[in-house]
Amino acid sequence: MPEMNMVQALNSALRSEMHSDDRVVVMGEDVGQVGGVFRVTQGLFKEFGEKRVIDTPLAEGGIIGSAIGMAMYGMRPVPEIQFADFIFPAFDQIVSEAAKYRYRTGGEFSCPMVVRAPVGGGIRGGHYHSQSPESLFIHNAGLKVVCPSNPYDAKGLLLASIRDDDPVLFFEPKRVYRAVKTDVPEEPYLIPLSEAKVVREGRHVTVIAWGAMLFEALESAENAARHGIEAEVIDLRTLWPVDIDTILESIKKTGRVVVVHEAAKSCGFGAELVSLIAENAFLHLEAPPVRVTGWDTPFPYTLENEYLPLAHRITPALLQAARY
Amino acid sequence: MGFHIGSAGEEAAIVASAAAMREVDWIFPCYREFGALLWRGMPLQGYIDNMYGNSNDSCRGRQMPDHYSGKPYRFASVSSPIGTQLPQAVGFSWAAKLKDEKIAVAVYLGEGATSSADFHTAMNFAGVFQTPTVFLIRNNGWAISVPASHQTAAKSFADKGAAYGVPAVRVDGNDALAVYKTVKAAAEEAAAGEGSKLIEMLTYRMSGHSTSDDPRAYRSEQEVEAWQQKDPIVRLRKYLESNQAWSEKDESDCVEQLRTELKACIKKAEESERPSIASMFEDVYREKPWHLKEQQRQAEQGPRHKANH
Ligand SMILES: Cc1ncc(C[n+]2csc(CCOP(=O)(O)OP(=O)(O)O)c2C)c(N)n1
Repeated sequence: MPEMNMVQALNSALRSEMHSDDRVVVMGEDVGQVGGVFRVTQGLFKEFGEKRVIDTPLAEGGIIGSAIGMAMYGMRPVPEIQFADFIFPAFDQIVSEAAKYRYRTGGEFSCPMVVRAPVGGGIRGGHYHSQSPESLFIHNAGLKVVCPSNPYDAKGLLLASIRDDDPVLFFEPKRVYRAVKTDVPEEPYLIPLSEAKVVREGRHVTVIAWGAMLFEALESAENAARHGIEAEVIDLRTLWPVDIDTILESIKKTGRVVVVHEAAKSCGFGAELVSLIAENAFLHLEAPPVRVTGWDTPFPYTLENEYLPLAHRITPALLQAARY
Repeated sequence: MGFHIGSAGEEAAIVASAAAMREVDWIFPCYREFGALLWRGMPLQGYIDNMYGNSNDSCRGRQMPDHYSGKPYRFASVSSPIGTQLPQAVGFSWAAKLKDEKIAVAVYLGEGATSSADFHTAMNFAGVFQTPTVFLIRNNGWAISVPASHQTAAKSFADKGAAYGVPAVRVDGNDALAVYKTVKAAAEEAAAGEGSKLIEMLTYRMSGHSTSDDPRAYRSEQEVEAWQQKDPIVRLRKYLESNQAWSEKDESDCVEQLRTELKACIKKAEESERPSIASMFEDVYREKPWHLKEQQRQAEQGPRHKANH
């Protein structure tokens, strides 16, 4: 089985699905000739031609709006937004239109499309190339939100997303793009949406993370183990609809939870997770839930390691929750 | 210094246009306009500090390199999201008009930005309300890897003015004197109450989109070489030399002096402190609310990242 980084795994998923399903088209800024600024669509233009790999003018609302139209016609568009920070000109099309088509037409129309966008910090990108806007989309009914942490999951989740009948926001942690390699099968395979994965078992405290912060959570779990604390680490993989069963099962075992995310704390997805846990597992909790997140400031440039919820901030939170 | 978004090839379009604006006029940049900012009086050290994001940077290390601003120089702020500055510049110039202040506002954009919804909105408002806005399109041929021909089916970007009732012209953007003259006339008319103008400056982006881009992946050497022949700085220099206004010696003295100054600025910037943790929590609001005070306390008292002990 070949080793791939996340960029290669995503490329492999797109290539295989474009071969097997001619409804799939890729569109966006710089996705054609040059294969995307992160090279996720590299080679596809040459292989599938300009009708299926479309370099668009610079207009996110146009990209997503026309992808919606294509999806309504029966295609399976996979539009790319160059950075999640630039998704906002398309926000209206995503949250008011794509998200609502099925509901507002009594199921007559739907928008099966996958909006791919790199997210997150760690590349010295300042606030316009580092944000994590997942909670804005989770909050708007009708959208699915996915965020893989590694190449293997990225391929299986992207294929499942393209085959899903609802619009999916597929957020790719750009810090992981080339930093992590795993074995990735050449052939297509699916990782079902809404299935989280327990990536490390433990009995004292549960850590919930996704994307690039999963690795920080794992490093913290290693650190905590040296203090005799066994942390269970859950990679959500699909953020919404979230796999509540896996979360609750873990909380029932550990009674303690730390949620980690890059986005700002207030109204971040952690707030929803902690509420769900409080509502559904209150009597199992042995300690107040803890959120380790980005601060409620814009994402800074120079101080990004001070902003991000990295292991140096997660480890003490784990110990604190475990020893409460 | 982690990143740079250069202006090689576009120096005339940027600096000669800025020079054509009066001191009372304002400039809203895209992101290749640091030459305009320096022209306006930002000290080189200020620009370099911004590139380093250190504690002396007027943006307090919060922005990526080349995302400067300079209120003392009547220069607004660089924002990455393409096109956002355009309606803002319209509103800014509109406010001046409402207050009967006779200034013009120059706003820069790349030709790629003409595809953005904000461009349409800005042009439409500028036309309807006859605002004193001068739209300066740097048509440098490329929007990262996408050629100008892929942004519009119109014959030129200047053509777009007609649809909004905004008078438009095209100018050789590598001819500093032509740029100066065209922009000066447009700005004066705008300030005098004649409404907005659209100027398409034909130029070329000589290097990659930014230091993260390798343009060899999408454009030919021949195309780049052809534009090298039209280098706007060489052209202006030749013109000045033929008029005895500049010499070989002036040139080498100038380059030498700038090199020395630049080195000193870089050294100083490198030796400067990083911004404080406290600074991260400032300017979110005018006054710090309880939750930011609490988070600041956590950040200051909590464990430090290993890289910054
Ligand atoms: C809304 C938005 N979408 C995408 C980007 C990514 N991006 C940065 S620069 C650029 C190309 C801009 O081209 P153009 O407007 O022609 O200006 P130039 O870089 O050529 O000066 C793109 C697509 C962005 N910054 N903002």
